[in-house]
Amino acid sequence: MLAYCLRRLALALVTIWSISVLTFIIIQLPPGDFADAYIAQLSSSGSTVSLDEVASLREMYGLGQPMHVQYFKWLSRMVVGDFGYSMEWRRPVVDVIGDRLWLTLAISVAALIVTWGLALPIGIYSAVRQYSAGDYLFTLVGFIGLAVPNFLLALILMYLGYTMFGLSVGGLFSPEFEQAPWSWAKFLDLLTHMILPTIVLATAGTAYLIRIMRANLLDELRMPYVVTARAKGLPEWRVIMKYPVRVALNPFASSVGYIFPHIVSGSIIISLVLALPTVGPLLLRALVAQDMFLAGTIVLLLGVLTVIGTFVSDLLLMWIDPRIRFQIH
Amino acid sequence: MSGALLSVQDLVVHFHQDEGILRALEGVSFEVHRGRTLGLVGESGCGKSVTARSILRIVDRPGRIVSGRINLDGRRGEPPIDLTALPANSRRMRAIRGGRIGLVFQEPMTSLSVNYTVGNQIAEVVREHQGLSRAAAHARAIELLRDVGIPRPERRVDEYPFQLSGGLRQRVMIAVALAGDPDILIADEPTTALDVTTQAQILNLMRRLQREKNLALILITHDMGVIAEMADEVAVMYLGRIVERGPVDQIFHAPRHPYTRLLLRSIPSVLAEPRTPLATISGSVPHPYQRPSGCPFHPRCPDHIPATCEAAMPAETATADGGCVRCYAAEHT
Repeated sequence: MLAYCLRRLALALVTIWSISVLTFIIIQLPPGDFADAYIAQLSSSGSTVSLDEVASLREMYGLGQPMHVQYFKWLSRMVVGDFGYSMEWRRPVVDVIGDRLWLTLAISVAALIVTWGLALPIGIYSAVRQYSAGDYLFTLVGFIGLAVPNFLLALILMYLGYTMFGLSVGGLFSPEFEQAPWSWAKFLDLLTHMILPTIVLATAGTAYLIRIMRANLLDELRMPYVVTARAKGLPEWRVIMKYPVRVALNPFASSVGYIFPHIVSGSIIISLVLALPTVGPLLLRALVAQDMFLAGTIVLLLGVLTVIGTFVSDLLLMWIDPRIRFQIH
Repeated sequence: MSGALLSVQDLVVHFHQDEGILRALEGVSFEVHRGRTLGLVGESGCGKSVTARSILRIVDRPGRIVSGRINLDGRRGEPPIDLTALPANSRRMRAIRGGRIGLVFQEPMTSLSVNYTVGNQIAEVVREHQGLSRAAAHARAIELLRDVGIPRPERRVDEYPFQLSGGLRQRVMIAVALAGDPDILIADEPTTALDVTTQAQILNLMRRLQREKNLALILITHDMGVIAEMADEVAVMYLGRIVERGPVDQIFHAPRHPYTRLLLRSIPSVLAEPRTPLATISGSVPHPYQRPSGCPFHPRCPDHIPATCEAAMPAETATADGGCVRCYAAEHT
C-alpha cells in the first residue's frame, strides 16, 4: 500500500517535470525573447529603457544562452518561488495571480460543495425511485441544466437577480468595498456576490453528476450483493448507502483529478460574463497579450493541479475500493 | 402435513411490466420441516429464485405477491405469521429476514461485496439480529467462520472476498446466512459456480450444519445430482407451477410427470454407451409472455393428450406417498 503511494508520487513528480518542460517550450514559442518584448512594450507605452537594464534582464533570465541553460535557470527560480515578471501588469507574476487565486478558490469550492451536495442525494433518489414522478422531474431539470449554455444562464440569472431581487450583479464586491480592508461587512458583501456565480457554476456540473450517479447506481442496484444485503434484514437505506452507493462513488472520486484545474480556470467564460476577478480571465488575457511568464505560470499551475488532483483521486479510489490496495504487488 | 415450519400456499407472483404481466409464479404450494430438505428443481426461468425471494419478501419491483400465503411457524410457541401480510420493509419482516430465514445465493463472486472485509459482512448480521457490540460481533464472526470450516478464521476475518477462493467464498456466504441464527436456510444454486470437488465439500458442509442446527433447508438447483444427494422431498417446477412433488425416492424411481421423467433422462450417465448423444427435452422453455394454454408443458410433452392438455391446467392430484402431480396423462396411468 505504501509502495503503491510512493510509486504514484514518483510518477506524479515525473509528470510535473514533463509539464514544466512543455510549459517552457510554450513560453519560448513566440518569436523574440522576453527582453525584446519588454523593451517593445515599454517603448510603445512611451517610456524608455536603458541598455544596462536590458543587459541585466538578459543576464538574469539567461537569454541568448542555449535552451537547456535557460530552462534550468527558469526552473531553479521557479523552485524558490520566483515565477518571473508579468509584462502587462508590470508586477511579479506571484502578486498578479496571488490576488485572484483565493477568490477563484472560494467561488469554485462553493460551487463544488453545492454540486456534490445536490448531485449525490438527487442521483441516489433518482436511481432508487427509478421512473417515479420525482425521477422524471429531476431528469427534466437535469437535461435543461446540461443543455443551457452557462454564459446564457449567467446572463438570465443576472437579469433576474437585478430586476427581481435588486442584487448587485457582476464582480465579487460592491464598489464601496472594492478597496476597503477586510471586515465582517465586506465578507457578507462577498457572500451575497458569490450566490450567482456559484449557482451558474454548479448547474451544469450538478446535472452531469446526477446523470452519472443515477446510471452507476442503477447498475449497482441490480448486483447480487444487494440481494444478499437485503436478505440479511438490514434497513433498506443502509443496504443502499453501505453497498451500492459506495461503489457508485467511484466516478466521483476519479473526477476529482479534473476538478482541481477546473477550479482555477474552468470558468473563464462565466468569469468574463459576470466580471469576476478570478484566474480564468487572467489566463485568457495573458495568452492574448503574449504575457509569457504570466501565461506560463498559469499553465504550469493548471498542470500541477491536474497532477495533484489525480494523485488525490488515486488515494480516494484506494480508500473506496480495497482491490486497488491489494492488487499492487 | 402438520408441524410444518414454513408452508407456502397458492403463491402467485406477477411482474407488471410495460410489455404485459409476467406471471412468475402461478399458485405454488409446498411445506418445509425442521431438519429436512426440500429440493426445488426446474429449468432456468421456471420461478425457483422468485419463490426464494418471495419468501424473504425481497422480490424486485415491479414484482408483486398477488395472492397466496406464506406461513412461518412462530418461535417459542408464538402463533404463526403470514409473511405476505407484513410490509416488506417493516421491522418484523426484517427481523425474519436473516433472523429466521437465511439465504445462500448463487454466485459467491458477486453476492459478497468486494468493498468490505468478510468479518464486516458477517458481523453486521450478528449486530442487526442479536444486538451485540462491535467487539462481540467480531468474535462471533470468527466463530461462524470456524463453524463453516474456514482454516485460520482469526486471519480470514479481516480479509476481503477477492482474496478468497470460490469455495471459501461460498463458505463465507453460508456463514453470513447463518449469522442471524435462522431456522430455515434457503440455498439458491449454492454450488453452480463451483468445481466438482468444492461442490461436494459445500454440500457436505450444509448437511453437517443442517444436522447440528436442525435447519429446514430449501435447496434450489437445476442439478438432479445435487437433489439426489441432498433432498428429502422434491418439488419439480415448470413455468411458475410445481408440476410434481414427492419424496426423493419416488421422484427418482417412479416419476409421474412426463417433465420429471425427461429431466431425469437428461442426466448424463457414466454407464451410457460412449458417443451417444445426451437426451434432451425437445423445444425450449416458452417466453413468459407466450405461455401455452392449458398445461404449459404440452407443446414439449411426449405424452400429450390432444384436445385435453391445451384446454385447461390439470388440477393438483394428491398421491399416496404424500406428494402431488399436475398431469392428465399421469391420472390415467
